[in-house]
Amino acid sequence: MGKFSKLITEPLRKTNPITVLVLGVCSCLAVTAKMKPAVVMAISVTVVTAFSNLIISLLRNGIPARIRIIVQLVVVAALVILVDQFLKAFVYDVSKQLSVFVGLIITNCIVMGRLEAYAMSHKPIESFFDGIGNGLGYGLILVIVAFFRELLGSGSLWGFPIVPKAFYAAGYLNNSLMILPPMALIIVGIVIWIQRSRHPELQEKK
Amino acid sequence: MKQERMNNGYIFRYAAILVVIVAALLSLAAVVLAPYQQRNKDNEKRKNILRAAGLADLGDNNVQQLFDKHCTRMLLLDAKGNVVDETGKAFETDMKAELYNKGQGLPYHLPLFIVEHNGHSISVVPLQGNGLWGAIWGYIAIADDGKTVTGATFDHASETPGLGGEIATDEFQRQFAGKHIMKDNAFVSVTVQKGGITSLPETDRQYAVDAISGGSITSKGVDDMIRNVLGCYLPYFQQQRKE
Repeated sequence: MGKFSKLITEPLRKTNPITVLVLGVCSCLAVTAKMKPAVVMAISVTVVTAFSNLIISLLRNGIPARIRIIVQLVVVAALVILVDQFLKAFVYDVSKQLSVFVGLIITNCIVMGRLEAYAMSHKPIESFFDGIGNGLGYGLILVIVAFFRELLGSGSLWGFPIVPKAFYAAGYLNNSLMILPPMALIIVGIVIWIQRSRHPELQEKK
Repeated sequence: MKQERMNNGYIFRYAAILVVIVAALLSLAAVVLAPYQQRNKDNEKRKNILRAAGLADLGDNNVQQLFDKHCTRMLLLDAKGNVVDETGKAFETDMKAELYNKGQGLPYHLPLFIVEHNGHSISVVPLQGNGLWGAIWGYIAIADDGKTVTGATFDHASETPGLGGEIATDEFQRQFAGKHIMKDNAFVSVTVQKGGITSLPETDRQYAVDAISGGSITSKGVDDMIRNVLGCYLPYFQQQRKE
C-alpha cells in the first residue's frame, strides 16, 4: 500500500507535473482566471489521466512500438469524447461547464506524458494510481494559481465577492492584468521558485 | 513477440482493429444517447426563453410544463415581418441557417416566441453570432411596447473562462433588463460599451450596458449579434407598434 500512496503523493511535490516536469502549462494559463473552471479542469484531467493510463497499461504488451503515440492519442480522444457524450445525455449542467475544456483535456501534455513515460512500462493498477497522482498534482497548482488570480483579478473566490465594498470606495481596483494569461505564467514561476528553494535536490548542479 | 511487433502486417492489423472498435463505440454512444441529449438541449432552450422573458429561476423538472403554460405562441416571420406559421415550427428553426440564408440573399424565416407573463406579452428573439473563438448565442426579450428589453440570456461555445466567458453570467445578463432599443423612433439597439456606460452621457445610458473588461472581442460580438438580429425583426415590431 505504501507504494500506491507514494504514487499519489509524490506528484503533489517533488515530481509535480507542472512545476517540475513542466507539462500542461498551456491549459494552466487558460483555465485559472477563476477557481471554478480550474477545479472542474483538475477533476476532469485526473479522471482522464487515471483511466487512459489504466487502458494503455492493459494494452501495453500489444501496442506496436512504431505507432504507439497514435494509439495513445486514439484511446485518450475516444475516452474523452465518450465521457462528454454521457455527460451531455445525463448531467447536462456539468457538460456545459466542461464543453470548453474537452479539447484542452485531449491535448493536455500531462495525459500523453504519463502514458508514454509510465503506463507503457508499468502494471495497470500502478499506472492508474500514477494517473490519479499526476492529475491531483496538476490540480493543486491550478487551484493555487486560480486562487491568486481570482482574488486579485476579480476580488472574489469561487464567484463570491471577498474584497469588501469599503476597499473599492477607498479607491482599490481589481488588477485586470491578473485575469490575463501572462500573470498565470508569473505565478507558476513564483511557485517553482518557492518549491526549488525548499527542495534543493530539485536544483540543477552547476 | 518482439519480432512480431515490428512486423508491418501486425501494425496494420492492430491499427485497423483499434480504429474499427473505437469508431463503433463512439457511433454507438452517439446514436443511443442522441434522444437524451436532444431532450436536454430542448429543455435548455425552453429554460433560456423563459429566463429571458423574466421568469425567475426555474427548477429542472417543470421546465416543459412551465414553457407550455407561458409560451403561448411560436411564430415564424418572413422578411417583411408577417406571420407565416404558428404551428410550432419556430422551435425547430435553426437561427444560424436562417441568418446565413439572409446573408446569401435567399428567402429566410425568423422564429419568435411570445411569452405571457404577469399580463404582458413578451416577444423573445433568438440571437446568433460570433465571439472570439466560436459561436455565441442567446435570447433577448422585448416588452409589448416594442422598445423595452425585459431580459437577455447568452451562452457560448468556447469563449475564455473569466474573460469572454463572462457573457454567460447573471451579472452581465442582468444589465439588459430595462434598456431601450429605440431612441426617438429610430433603432439604436443595446450597445455593449467598452469602458463602461459611465463613460457615456447620462441620457444615452439607457441604450447601453457595460462590456466585459478583458473580453473586448466577445463583447463586440454580443453587440454585433444583438444589432444584427434585432435589425431583422424591425418590420415586425413596427407593425406591432402601429396596431
